[in-house]
Amino acid sequence: MQKDIKRLSLILLFAPFALWITLLILLPHIGMVVLSLREKVAPRVYEYGFANYIEFFNEPIYWNTLIRTGSMSLLVTVLALIIGFPIAYYIAKIAGPRMRGALFLLCLIPLWVSDLIRAFGWILLLRETGVISSFLQWLGILSGPIEMLYNDVTVIIGLVYTVILFMIVPLASTLDGMDNSMIEAGYNLGGRGSTVLRRIIIPYAMPGIASGCIIVFMLTAGSYLTPILLGGKNSSWFTEQIYDQFITRYNWESGAAFGMLLLAFTSIVVWLGLKLTGQTLANTVTKT
Amino acid sequence: MPDSTAIDLECINISKTFSDVLAVDDVSFDIPSGSFFSILGPSGCGKTTLIRMIAGFEQPDSGEIRIKGASVLNTAPNKRNVKMVFQHLALFPMMNVYENIAYGLRCRGVAKQEIDERVNNVLDRIALPDVGEREIHQLSGGQKQRIAVARCMVLDPDVLLLDEPLGALDLKLREAMKIELKLLQHQFDTTFIYITHDQSEALVMSDQVAIMNQGRFEQVGTPQELYHNPQSAFVAGFVGDSNSWSGTAVESAGEVLKVKTDDGLELLAMPNDARSTDRSQKVSIFIRPEFIQVERTRDESENTQPGQNRLTGIVDSLLFNGANSRALVRSPTDQLIEADIVLTGGFEDLKPGEDVQLIWSCEQTMCFSA
Amino acid sequence: MLWGYRAYVLAFFIFLAAPLLSAATFAFNDSLFPALPWQGFTLSWFFGDTEPKLGMFYDRRLISGLYYSFIIAVMVSLLTVFIGTCNAFLFVRKDFPGKNFFYILMIVPLVIPGVILGISILVLASSAANGLENQFNFELELLRPGIFLVVLGQISFTATITSLVIAAKLKKFDITMEEAALNLGASTNRVLWTVTLPFLRSAMIAAGIVAFLVSFENFNTTLFLVGSESPLTITMFDRVHKVGSTPVLNAVSFFLMVGSGLLAILSIFVQRDKSARN
Repeated sequence: MQKDIKRLSLILLFAPFALWITLLILLPHIGMVVLSLREKVAPRVYEYGFANYIEFFNEPIYWNTLIRTGSMSLLVTVLALIIGFPIAYYIAKIAGPRMRGALFLLCLIPLWVSDLIRAFGWILLLRETGVISSFLQWLGILSGPIEMLYNDVTVIIGLVYTVILFMIVPLASTLDGMDNSMIEAGYNLGGRGSTVLRRIIIPYAMPGIASGCIIVFMLTAGSYLTPILLGGKNSSWFTEQIYDQFITRYNWESGAAFGMLLLAFTSIVVWLGLKLTGQTLANTVTKT
Repeated sequence: MPDSTAIDLECINISKTFSDVLAVDDVSFDIPSGSFFSILGPSGCGKTTLIRMIAGFEQPDSGEIRIKGASVLNTAPNKRNVKMVFQHLALFPMMNVYENIAYGLRCRGVAKQEIDERVNNVLDRIALPDVGEREIHQLSGGQKQRIAVARCMVLDPDVLLLDEPLGALDLKLREAMKIELKLLQHQFDTTFIYITHDQSEALVMSDQVAIMNQGRFEQVGTPQELYHNPQSAFVAGFVGDSNSWSGTAVESAGEVLKVKTDDGLELLAMPNDARSTDRSQKVSIFIRPEFIQVERTRDESENTQPGQNRLTGIVDSLLFNGANSRALVRSPTDQLIEADIVLTGGFEDLKPGEDVQLIWSCEQTMCFSA
Repeated sequence: MLWGYRAYVLAFFIFLAAPLLSAATFAFNDSLFPALPWQGFTLSWFFGDTEPKLGMFYDRRLISGLYYSFIIAVMVSLLTVFIGTCNAFLFVRKDFPGKNFFYILMIVPLVIPGVILGISILVLASSAANGLENQFNFELELLRPGIFLVVLGQISFTATITSLVIAAKLKKFDITMEEAALNLGASTNRVLWTVTLPFLRSAMIAAGIVAFLVSFENFNTTLFLVGSESPLTITMFDRVHKVGSTPVLNAVSFFLMVGSGLLAILSIFVQRDKSARN
């Protein structure tokens, strides 16, 4: 009796999980793989094979876009880490207890503002008639309006801006758990600032660094809004290609293949990141 | 009127194994109504498992548990009239004091007005009449303790189980709560089963104490019996302080046994179990510090009375603790022996390095076969 | 040295705030364009009821976007809190073969790009709908892009977030509290409703708020699943991208910032334990 009840409750608890994972994750991805292997040869006639993938590798503009997306995402990740680490350290270790809470909140609130609004804010600042351009003209530094949108630097700034809080939050919470006396002991035992940073602080923060980098890379490579809005027509972001195939050209087969390639690409990078830093996926995700 | 021979709880040959570890090994005991019974043992001895079986959270592999004479083995934990005070009390933080105490009554479907009466009544009895509306986190440690007891007692249990509830308190409060629990037990006149690893808790509060070790009961008795007449080496070592040696029996004369310790001393002892009278039997001997008399060495030739042990040694250090002060004396065989010193007996100026004699009688020397 | 460090931190927070401030400020500029110069303060981008200064509360498409977003977010947060609570009990309390594998499976949706989640669900739903149509000549409108698919798409990864939040709280639960309740005579069901779920309530509310916010601002997954009933982010994107901006978008931005900021603060306060203060 007791055993049956236990079994029943296990099944009842497992059911929502199974439905969710099967219907919304597993089956859709299997469907996408199947679709990506299909090629339309005539109306309502399909053949299975790798034609969609072969097309991708034969067309430089496609794989160039993927490489460009990947390398720019890596750059954004590195920048976010370099810019974000001192901020996280300041929040966790230097600010007083009250200031710490306030700064943490300041970091969290923009996190809940849509990417769209944040990108929109940048547009208002950077465009030809935007705030910065007008302000510089008013100061007399510029003689005429200047367009700061639609170039790679702006896209990178915008992306770093969008994702940096996902770097700072796990970093700050990891550093917050670090005992101050560990840093003091490092100095006390004769370490210089750089040694303490390299030998004590960074190794301690490694789980946070790994988790921040993985999330940031994933979000950047998969982002759509920011490159489109800030980069305009020549942003050449890979998600844009996917959208193009799916919605504009209505070529779902190759769109699915592109989707699989993006998924494979981000998964490989995430996996490599986990292996290099010796973290597990479960630990990494629960940090954020 | 409670019948003096009535038995509230009976455990018969209880055993329980957890993945090849024998947690409780063939334990039997019964507890008369209205008594304070403690189970004392080191952590991991199986006492928690035993109490959880009585509460119904674990099923024994074999044996029988009877409450007021009726078997409860097939009774679910929420149907047994055995209530439990948990180690960390497990008061419900999302309810206030009143709701905590009323919880069990509500589960029984008692009428609202009666709940009100009984909760207020029990709050009066634990001398906290006005805390009903307080939140749990507003209570002090001692108050929480009393609320946890009240939450059970309001249900008139046949037996109240207490699982080391004083463990989380600081020393001073723990001392006060010992007395308070004993008074509460008198007040409610209910059988308490108290488990602890702290001997002073068990000795101070209990009518009967069971010493548990490696899943078995070593001895059950009053605190006095356990202290003065332990039945096994484990009990002698576990209850109270003692100096101990292991050695070999060399000669027995009547009741007195001569033992040669492993480090070469010759001591006289009274065997506490029959077997240790055999010659060349391995034995353990124990002597409590308060039975050792310290004398300053003046007369080397002073006669040793028959049946007396006498050792010369050098004071190594003094452990001053008011009336419970002790000397650590280094024996000729380089062992440190603890002995109580009486401060009023001319020992105020005893210093490390002084020669002393340690004297105790063989009747005070407990001896067990190893 | 420290002075320089502080300046850097200050500069960073200015960087963080600048676009948000610019998006919010122009909502009150009495001009047809969200740009300098400042033409004076107005509330007509919120409450104006005539062209050309039609305020957001009179802009039918924006209001219907807000409405759809709200409906979607409520459904997503209710369903994901339910799934998350079940998952929390499943992974914290139960033991079953392959538990670690399933746990990883539960986390995985969070590291799949949102765009992929969107297209994969689109692909599956469409092929199911096509299959039904071809085989049985039965058109199941539900499986075509629309609110239902948007809700499913957002659940696919939001459920992971709620599961993690609720499971973290359940892990902190002292299991002896359930034993104490049983010991006091409560039935297993009663223990769940009077002890365990009240303990989880704060985490469930916080998870619900987080799910609501995530859903409200989601773009990447929604983009592929949206039908004719566009939620607010999609409507706004179309305006920014295709029509060009008017200060009414600033008004919406300001409105959303205040709303989500308040909800985020609320979720933080709900989660703060009252007993933790002592």
